[in-house]
Amino acid sequence: MTLDASIALRLGSLDLVVDLTVADGDVLAVLGPNGAGKSTLLRVLAGLLRPDGGTVTVDGATWDDGATHLPPHRRPLGVVFQDSLLFPHLSVGDNVAFGLRTRGVRKAPARAAAAAWLARVGLDGLGDRRPAELSGGQAQRAALARALVGDPALLLLDEPLSALDARTRLTVRAELRRHLAEFGGSTVLVTHDPVDAMALADRVLVVEHGRVVQAGTPDEVNRRPRTDYVARLVGLSLLPGTGDGRSVRLDGGGVVAVGEETAGPVFAAVRPESVALYLARPEGSPRNVWPARLAGATPHGTTVRCELAGEVPLVADVTATAFAELGLVPGADVWATVKASEVAVYAR
Amino acid sequence: MSRRERTVPAPLLVPAGLAVLFLVLPLLGLVLRAPWSAIGPTLAEPEVGQALRLSLVSATLATVLSLLLGVPLAWVLARSRVRGRSVLRALVTVPLVLPPVVGGVALFLVLGRQGIVGRWLFEQFDVTIPFTTTAVVIAETFVAMPFLVISVEGALRAADTRFEDVAATLGADRWTTFRKVTLPLVAPGVAAGAVLCWARALGEFGATITFAGNFPGTTQTMPLAVYLALQRDPEAAIVLSLLLLVVSLATLLLLRDRWLGRVAP
Amino acid sequence: MSTHPRRLVTALGLAVVLAGCGSPASSSDVAPGSADGKLTGTLTVLAAASLTDVFTGLGDRLMAEHRSLEVRFSFAGSSALATQIVQGAPADVFASANESQMRVVTDAGLEAGAPTLFAENVLEIAVPPGNPGRVTGLADFADPDLALAICAADVPCGAAARQVFEAAGVTAAPDTEEEDVRAALTKVELGEVDAALVYASDVRSAGSAVEGIPFPEAEEAVNAYPICILGAAPNPDAARAFVDLVRSEEGQAALEGAGFRPQAS
Repeated sequence: MTLDASIALRLGSLDLVVDLTVADGDVLAVLGPNGAGKSTLLRVLAGLLRPDGGTVTVDGATWDDGATHLPPHRRPLGVVFQDSLLFPHLSVGDNVAFGLRTRGVRKAPARAAAAAWLARVGLDGLGDRRPAELSGGQAQRAALARALVGDPALLLLDEPLSALDARTRLTVRAELRRHLAEFGGSTVLVTHDPVDAMALADRVLVVEHGRVVQAGTPDEVNRRPRTDYVARLVGLSLLPGTGDGRSVRLDGGGVVAVGEETAGPVFAAVRPESVALYLARPEGSPRNVWPARLAGATPHGTTVRCELAGEVPLVADVTATAFAELGLVPGADVWATVKASEVAVYAR
Repeated sequence: MSRRERTVPAPLLVPAGLAVLFLVLPLLGLVLRAPWSAIGPTLAEPEVGQALRLSLVSATLATVLSLLLGVPLAWVLARSRVRGRSVLRALVTVPLVLPPVVGGVALFLVLGRQGIVGRWLFEQFDVTIPFTTTAVVIAETFVAMPFLVISVEGALRAADTRFEDVAATLGADRWTTFRKVTLPLVAPGVAAGAVLCWARALGEFGATITFAGNFPGTTQTMPLAVYLALQRDPEAAIVLSLLLLVVSLATLLLLRDRWLGRVAP
Repeated sequence: MSTHPRRLVTALGLAVVLAGCGSPASSSDVAPGSADGKLTGTLTVLAAASLTDVFTGLGDRLMAEHRSLEVRFSFAGSSALATQIVQGAPADVFASANESQMRVVTDAGLEAGAPTLFAENVLEIAVPPGNPGRVTGLADFADPDLALAICAADVPCGAAARQVFEAAGVTAAPDTEEEDVRAALTKVELGEVDAALVYASDVRSAGSAVEGIPFPEAEEAVNAYPICILGAAPNPDAARAFVDLVRSEEGQAALEGAGFRPQAS
């Protein structure tokens, strides 16, 4: 009882080749930058686009292969789009009941089911409103109810939170997490926000330029990113190199000492808060110490994120107080140190 | 949505004012020159009531026919990937540029007793179309339908197709999607197109008098009655014109309140 | 919107020089339109639509003789032309298809010299070639199974038609009452009606496209054509020359060839 998809599609400049599997009750997050092909992938799963090749099967039923293409309206699925896309000419209740009515449910039971789902998503009694009378968060909740009311086998979420303001996003994300936990079918969540992926997904698929570049649990992806894109998303400096005992010879030049034995092609990943900055070469003998130039600084809450240029490119988080005491300005020469034990190292 | 007071820039205000004068003054002329004493006797003539009723009925039927045929055509032009769509669009807008009298002759050549289709209808079923009320409706539809098609096509192009995707994911096939989602979304455009179409049909003269002829009660619509009155009694023509004007304005205002008002409050 | 044929003749005449048709300008004044007996400038003639072919030919004749004269025609329904003259249209000559519309002009005092009659026209039955409806006379206009066209009562040919029906004791059952005689004729040419009541000159002008059937009752509604020079004529000499040409033997022969009865004594 799963979603199994193996999809190939060329569309304009996009060349999409993606394999994925989602078990029943599981949530797969597809994470990637704009233009990576995430939404195209979702449209193929929904049946709105026919793939050039490959297969899509759900619970053993073939939705797409070389010979068959099940049109979208025959697929038991629910989709939540970025802008909620509630039909403006229907009441909120009729929006939620829409999928039931098209599938032959009579008016009264469809209305009742819609009202029950509206109550479940916290919109009790708002069924008679017009979509224009709802806030963004309410509209997105209604869209979720509309997608789930028919008890679909597959739930597709296309950037469901990105149109919401930061505060609403937090609340709706928490609610979405609860509803996804209760949902028995497979869920595919498309997002470019790693927080969504980490908070909502059981597994994460990172897609760049139409290809899967990394797959794993949110924790794996978070701690061991395999591309610069993911590393930046999760706030890590990613340094590819070759393991040599307790050090890694970086592809870009320089050597990083690490806390464990390693060999062969590896990534060394450094967290910004592990990097310490000094104006003069520090005393003692830390094994990882590099000269660098401050290329840019961005305040980030109580810390300042510093982009460092040099033989080993790093990102460092220092407290705003320390930043001021050091008198750092862009272009300043600094020394950066990292404890070997703070460097994560994993095979490429 | 901002409710900022919108002041009209002078470069727009002046031509806009001229446009209003240009459109309103001729109407004003009709009203000022109206022979008030002649109104009663003219309106009392039984032929006037007949012509008015025929005008309203045939323009409404032409609008219904245009909706039934024109909305699907607009959908094909806006949404389908039929080859030669731009050629098709140019063809269906031909009645807009064709002098209506020529349109009437063209209808003869197809539906007349000697026409390509008309001859067959006549010989097989003893049906003749010219000089009947049916011919009036056909002539009006021919001339007025392009207005509807163009309006609706524009509305369809401007509509957000993602709503149709949503409907598909909610189990609606294309026909259900069209009925339940697309059509309600473009309803204001359809309404505007229908009003244009109705107004054009109501004022239709050239194609009607050519293809349907002029017979009181059967094919003599108000514009025909006005034209003929002008030959004999210009005052009566002014009275009839005013009557047509008042009735059509009243109808449009009534519709706007009941119909457009709901879509765009 | 006008359905009247309207033709502006601007071509220079053929290089035909006829002797004996001297300049009729007898005045010794040096008017703008006359120098050394030769006519110059522009002559504007407003004439009933039925005169289109004859007058165009006569205009060409005049221009051939007077190379620096340009004759312009406006052919339309007599009532439309009379209205234009009363509204101040700049013209030299008015030729009406009936005396009542000429009276509109003379009542306004816009003529220079009394109008004179130059032709007569009588009704004829026009049928498509081969006479598919087997029409033989005026009595067939009472046959409801035939497709029949007459002119509307508001226009002269319609008024004449009613006179002859009354005289013949025929209750006509037309399918359409056309807005003018050309429209009625067109429907015969297209084969859409079995017969129409038009003028003999119209039958002749249609050539082989229609056949004409004369009938005795036509004498009950003889239509006389008056012509006059207008008081405000910009080119009175050329106007005089044109009126003389119409009334000359040559002009009368041309009218007779076009189906009119000559009238000038």
